[in-house]
Amino acid sequence: MKRNTIILTAAGVLLLFAGMILSVHIGAKNIPVSEIYRAFFHYDDSLNAKLIREVRLPRMFLAILVGGMLSLAGTMMQGIMRNPIAEPSVMGVTQGATLAVSIAAVSSFVSGVYGNFFMALLGAAGSGMLILIFTMGKASNQSISRILLAGTALSTFFLSLASVVALLGNRSQELAFWVAGGLRQAGWVQVGIVASAGGFFSILAFASAAKINIISLGDDAAAGLGISPERVKLRIILYLVPICGVCVAAAGNIGYLGLFVPHIIRKLTGNDYRRLMPLSFLYGSTILLLADIAARTISAPYELPVGLFTACMGVPVFLMLVRKEKR
Amino acid sequence: MKEKKNSSKMAVCLLLLSAVIIIALMVGSYHISPVQVIQTLLGNGNKLQNFTIFQIRLPRVVLAVIVASALGVSGGILQGITRNPLAEPGMIGINAGAALFVVLWIWAGTTDYYSTLPLFTVLGMPLLAITGSLLSVGLIYLLSSKGGIRPVRFILTGIGVNGGILAVITFYQLSMSKGDYNQVLTWTNGSLWGSSWNYILLTAPLVILLIGAVLFRSKNLDVLALGDELAAGVGLSVAKERLLFLLFATFLAALATSVAGSIAFLGLLGPQIAKKLTGPAHGKMLPMAALISSILLVGADVIAKNLFSPIEIPVGIVVSIVGVPYFIYLMIKER
Repeated sequence: MKRNTIILTAAGVLLLFAGMILSVHIGAKNIPVSEIYRAFFHYDDSLNAKLIREVRLPRMFLAILVGGMLSLAGTMMQGIMRNPIAEPSVMGVTQGATLAVSIAAVSSFVSGVYGNFFMALLGAAGSGMLILIFTMGKASNQSISRILLAGTALSTFFLSLASVVALLGNRSQELAFWVAGGLRQAGWVQVGIVASAGGFFSILAFASAAKINIISLGDDAAAGLGISPERVKLRIILYLVPICGVCVAAAGNIGYLGLFVPHIIRKLTGNDYRRLMPLSFLYGSTILLLADIAARTISAPYELPVGLFTACMGVPVFLMLVRKEKR
Repeated sequence: MKEKKNSSKMAVCLLLLSAVIIIALMVGSYHISPVQVIQTLLGNGNKLQNFTIFQIRLPRVVLAVIVASALGVSGGILQGITRNPLAEPGMIGINAGAALFVVLWIWAGTTDYYSTLPLFTVLGMPLLAITGSLLSVGLIYLLSSKGGIRPVRFILTGIGVNGGILAVITFYQLSMSKGDYNQVLTWTNGSLWGSSWNYILLTAPLVILLIGAVLFRSKNLDVLALGDELAAGVGLSVAKERLLFLLFATFLAALATSVAGSIAFLGLLGPQIAKKLTGPAHGKMLPMAALISSILLVGADVIAKNLFSPIEIPVGIVVSIVGVPYFIYLMIKER
């Protein structure tokens, strides 16, 4: 088990590094690697150097941060709900944030990057509260079908409202881009906010890994060990809300990433959340980075929604998990 | 005694439906008073009133009733065979399959279907939608069958397939021009925009036929709803009956989707409310579900058309805004 983890970490880091170089290298204009090196260490005002600093680098960092955080959020949700299918987009948290962002997009009282972030946080908080209502019940009520139906209904609801808002503001196609997810808006401001706010709560989340371990054994076991499951769940959801909120504000609705990444990592390293959470973060980053490269290049000069790629990978895993259900 | 109570409930609902229909015929950019509506329906209207009601508003209302009945009965069947009160054709991918095919069709360049409605399109859309939803149900059936179909697994697989199909739809939507896109959006969220007598002539007989067939066999549906063991004990061929009813539900949902896009939650609300009024026997519950769904959809369409006039919002969105809080209420109550 231990060796597995080391190999997995090393492979993940290598892949991530390769992805980082590719992400800066590939685009509408392929920039040679030597120029990338120059842009870092001998910065001049050439177009390539500017392109790297202002466009490619922030996008790369945003992909890493958002991918990692969404996978982390999915891992934590699966842990506290003891349910392999829980994930921010399946549960409607990201759709709640999407609704809030669409309101921000058509109204005049909040605007700009900070307005978007603020609204996304608000929306994620609202939908997070609803999830709280569904998860605080007895463990016997947390069957997969129940949680899923609740999540599906919530997401439909939020997206419907968002569609009304967008239709009225004549912004529906922009909303669709948002819902499909993508990193077009990446800039240093977005990277800064996601890294600081999201990073802060991610660190808190990593620190709670041991608690999630205990919770995932079951409420009774946790109570026996002197830990109140309700309090830990509440705290984790409080961490989840800002993490999901900043991710949606920066990258839209990237679905299923938080579902399949932790699932695969769990298969490879087991159920210890102290290993599971960092590794999920690492692989979530890598996969979103690679998916973003694919989204930019497959039908260049047009960009495909990156959420399409994550859905392509996530839906089969979802179906497989459902197939394994006993009932 | 019970019979009488049931029929009086039915009568009240019919009255409600006619009231909603009259309101739907009244309001719009050209307002017609209720007395004038009734006069026009009796054949004493002036030229403008005749045109507005018979060519524009009445087809829309009739189509709403057909679509709602189909979805209500379809939802009722699904809730029966899956024994899950929350099952609904929109959520488990039946509508999405139909929607995908129609979106592909629009994407492939038949964009003039709103303006001219050539005969081929009128015939082609329902066929296409039915093909799409049959394929998606077939896929869900295959993916969830593992030594027979378990209801819960079927629903969950449906949700997953639904998610996948929606992602593909988004992909095609995004590569459309803004005008096409808005039409597709209105369509994928459910709308009675393209209603005309042509569609009604095509769908009404089929829907009536299917609902009739379902009602004729409704006793078997009652038995299925008791559970597999009991149903098998009574001598029912469970797998065969379930498949048959699944096909009925699919065809009904597909027909509805082909003319009105995917309207979610209507198939949930109608049967739920009907069950409260008539009890669980499908023979009584399903007609009531059709009636309740019709009231809801005609009412929702009035709101969708007039609330933000001249912008029309998809009627499916109005239904979900009403339907979801009710759904959440059901979930919380269930614990």
